[in-house]
Amino acid sequence: MATLTFTRDDRYNAFITMLDNAETGPGKLSGIGIAIKDNISTRGIQTTCASRILEGYLPPYDAHVVTLVKKAGAGIVGKTNMDEFGMGTTTENSAFGPTKNPADTSRVPGGSSGGSAAAVASGMVRMALGTDTGGSIRCPAAFCGIVGHKPTYGRVSRYGLVAYANSLEQIGPMARTVSDISLLMEVLTGYDPRDSTSVNCPYAHIPDPDIRGLKIGVPEEYFGEGVDPRVASVVWDGISLLERKGADIITCRMPSMAYALAAYYVTCTSEASSNLARFDGVRYGPPADTRQTWHESFQERRRDGFGTEVKRRIMLGTFALSSGYYGKYYAKAQAARQQVRNDFLRLFREVDVIAGPTMPTVAFRIGEKTDPLSMYLSDILTVPANLAGIPAISVPCGTSEGLPVGLQIMGPHFRDERVIDVAYAFEQGVSR
Amino acid sequence: MVSEKDVAHIAELADIGIEKEELAEFTGRFNEILDYFDILDQVEQGTRGGTDLVNIFRDDIVEDSLPGDEVLANTLEKEDGFFRAPRVM
Amino acid sequence: MTGTADTAGQESRVMDFSDDEVIIGLEIHCQLDTLTKLFCGCSTDYRDDGPNTHVCPICLGLPGSLPRVNRKAIEYALRVAKALNCTIVEESEFARKNYFYPDLNKGFQITQYDRPLAVKGYLDIEGDDGEKRVRITRVHVEEDPGRLVHKGGADRAKYTLVDYNRAGIPLIEIVTEPDIRSPKEARKFLNKLRATLEYLGVFDSEKEGSLRVDANISIQPRGWFDREGKGKADRGRAEVKNISSYKGVEKALTFEVTRQKNALRRGQRLGTETRHFVETRGVTTSSRSKEMEQEYRYFPEPDLRPLRVCTWADEIVLPELPDARRARFITQYGCSPIHARTLTGDLRVAEFYEQVAGIDPVFVATWVADTLLGELNYRDMSINRVSPDWFRELIVLVHKGNVTDKGGIEVLRSLLDQIRESGSCETPGVCVGRLGLRVLERTAETMSEDDPVVKAAREVIAEQPQAVADFAAGKKEAFNFLVGKVMKKTRGRAKPADVNQVLLAILGKEG
Repeated sequence: MATLTFTRDDRYNAFITMLDNAETGPGKLSGIGIAIKDNISTRGIQTTCASRILEGYLPPYDAHVVTLVKKAGAGIVGKTNMDEFGMGTTTENSAFGPTKNPADTSRVPGGSSGGSAAAVASGMVRMALGTDTGGSIRCPAAFCGIVGHKPTYGRVSRYGLVAYANSLEQIGPMARTVSDISLLMEVLTGYDPRDSTSVNCPYAHIPDPDIRGLKIGVPEEYFGEGVDPRVASVVWDGISLLERKGADIITCRMPSMAYALAAYYVTCTSEASSNLARFDGVRYGPPADTRQTWHESFQERRRDGFGTEVKRRIMLGTFALSSGYYGKYYAKAQAARQQVRNDFLRLFREVDVIAGPTMPTVAFRIGEKTDPLSMYLSDILTVPANLAGIPAISVPCGTSEGLPVGLQIMGPHFRDERVIDVAYAFEQGVSR
Repeated sequence: MVSEKDVAHIAELADIGIEKEELAEFTGRFNEILDYFDILDQVEQGTRGGTDLVNIFRDDIVEDSLPGDEVLANTLEKEDGFFRAPRVM
Repeated sequence: MTGTADTAGQESRVMDFSDDEVIIGLEIHCQLDTLTKLFCGCSTDYRDDGPNTHVCPICLGLPGSLPRVNRKAIEYALRVAKALNCTIVEESEFARKNYFYPDLNKGFQITQYDRPLAVKGYLDIEGDDGEKRVRITRVHVEEDPGRLVHKGGADRAKYTLVDYNRAGIPLIEIVTEPDIRSPKEARKFLNKLRATLEYLGVFDSEKEGSLRVDANISIQPRGWFDREGKGKADRGRAEVKNISSYKGVEKALTFEVTRQKNALRRGQRLGTETRHFVETRGVTTSSRSKEMEQEYRYFPEPDLRPLRVCTWADEIVLPELPDARRARFITQYGCSPIHARTLTGDLRVAEFYEQVAGIDPVFVATWVADTLLGELNYRDMSINRVSPDWFRELIVLVHKGNVTDKGGIEVLRSLLDQIRESGSCETPGVCVGRLGLRVLERTAETMSEDDPVVKAAREVIAEQPQAVADFAAGKKEAFNFLVGKVMKKTRGRAKPADVNQVLLAILGKEG
């Protein structure tokens, strides 16, 4: 055991909790400082999900991934800022104040894993764990100019991840290089019997930049309405680079994109409305007022404990599941979700990976997006991978207006190795 | 279209206290978002996607429970080993 | 009888409720007797331990914890489904039932909703009009919530204490069709169900709170239900929630029948209503609280995978169930049908009986079914507390004639009282000696004055000159009177045949 030295100057407000010292041991991640998103349980270390309702909560157990990174010798530096419970695209919805984008401090870092992205981009840590429910790893990776990977659903155990939308989310690696992403994937993946959705599919792979003959599908919808043409142009340049490295570019269509965002928001808010019901102040978090009736007390506790966006999503989900609306919203969303899956399955019979922009725009100015629906719409390019459960990576591919742009590569289920190879090829191509 | 009354009812169901002054704003946003969700009306109600991942079980073997001091460590509202909760009547 | 019908006929000109029938459907929750909880490895053996001693991140609902299904609970549920003649569905799944209440650890209960484990079964019971079939709608698995303690009684409690030891205990929910026609039938159904579950080895009715019943009850014109069925306009019904004892079910339903009949007689319209059974007062009260609002927002539990276990049922070999055992008791032991039903109605009783039956099956059947169960019931004791060893010893003493039937009952009562007070008892032999209940053995054929029966007979004859005179005058009753007196003097220890013989010998000689 050795103690890591790390900068404690958190000028971007990347951390909610910073530890006094980080112990590192032998293993694959020996000597590496790592930041953990604050919705991942850490034994004895405050885990808040950036919410008042969990202020002071000290989990009595480590999330599976925390056990794994500790065992691999990494030193945990602290817990990073995020949108409350992962609900946001900017890390502005945090009870602990917004995180700033190290690339431009007047901009948001993206979200919801904005703290992890900023901690990595600023060089405070070499790696971080993020979580991705509808783009929460890839969006901040794109906005901050780092690499972020959402693994195939089931490949990384969710045990200890404070659930926002169970059927969509995965914990994944964030780092400055694809090699580090790959290294962290080796540590994070593998079967965990405590997560019934866990799949026994460990990742043991060294990135290979040879993509000659690889078929890359580019869906028209990824360059459609709402996508900033300047961003689109940068991403097309990136795709051309892959073509120059020997890949075949095939344009294709993904009709289910029309429903994807609505399907995503109905599903995640429905699950969230249920997941967040446990925060009633009885067992943890700031206590309920026991002098009132339970209903008054729970209401007061949740009114004071949750931020506006969290309340909105809980209510949307409550509505979508309520009798008389279940068929119109939740059931239809599941049908639409199946169409998204089917679209990907069909496309992956013809192409090896799918490429497009990660986000339709560059990072927003802090405070710029006030309208929730337009905020939701910015997730349109990332949510399909979550709906389908497929792996998706965002790798930096240049700048627009001086701000980072991310190239997104998606692959078939359990082909995380392939998307990481393509990202690696791209990264190598850019740096040469 | 949902009304402020509907939104207040949903807030009750979700046990979320919404202040009176917030209600109009919440309702407006709610309707914008629900309008967008209407696109799902165009989706055919298909069959549920099957999964091969079924029958994930654990054996009936006793594991350690949490040590007593850790159970109640995250609340101040406790009494004789119980959690103290608001009254139910 | 006809007179009663006529009276009812006259009243019926005003309002006729004479031809109504009671319609009851039950929803039964039983704790499955697994070692660990449904979704975590915490032990289910919590009843002797303090609050919150059998909890972990999963059953406390700590953020980030995930459920894992206990295979045994599913196997047990399948046994029940098979024993209840249900169809096991090809694929079933868990769902979340969302509502708020302090006894919930997660703000929702993991249960099964539109895809339950099994559907469409039946259980045959001894109904009010003979053998009858009660249809089972569905069988599913779910988790128990925690336990609430109201400080100072629920009405005046300032706050609530919560113990999550019970949270996550596997429950099986069994829903019947509304096929039950009286509170008594409801009790009989429950007894049969309990016996069946215990025979299956999946349930322990002795554990406090291991069974809870919700009952739907209404009173409708006879035949209406069969014609109209569920959900059609009717006279209203009540759902009585959370009855937690077997006796409570009959009591609560009997109360409801009376309450609803009175209301109908007064011309009141009964709506659909949720009521609570107040065990201590034996009444049901209307629950006005909004917690009952039926808006549970069910959706499939995303943290669990579906169950595809219908093929498992084929491999389950069911043990002998109550009906089969009853038939065997009749053929193998020669038990009367009534005794056979009583003896097989409770697994412990059936097993107890079989351990002692060898002495003389029919004789033992009477002793167990009539005497022992009666005495246990009177004392509210379980047969678990009776050791077959000492009971066998007692039965042998009675069977051999060392103790009379009456003496045997006296010994049994004394031993049960001892067990109830101190947990243990003396042996029947010692008890017989202490109480002086050993049968007076006559020294064969002698009329020795040392023989206690002879001695007692002479004393009675001396004390009852009038009866002796009556007997001499040919009054048969006088002899019976004298026999009774001798029996009393010997405190029941003399054999009636001996008393007859001795009395006749003395009176005949003297007369």
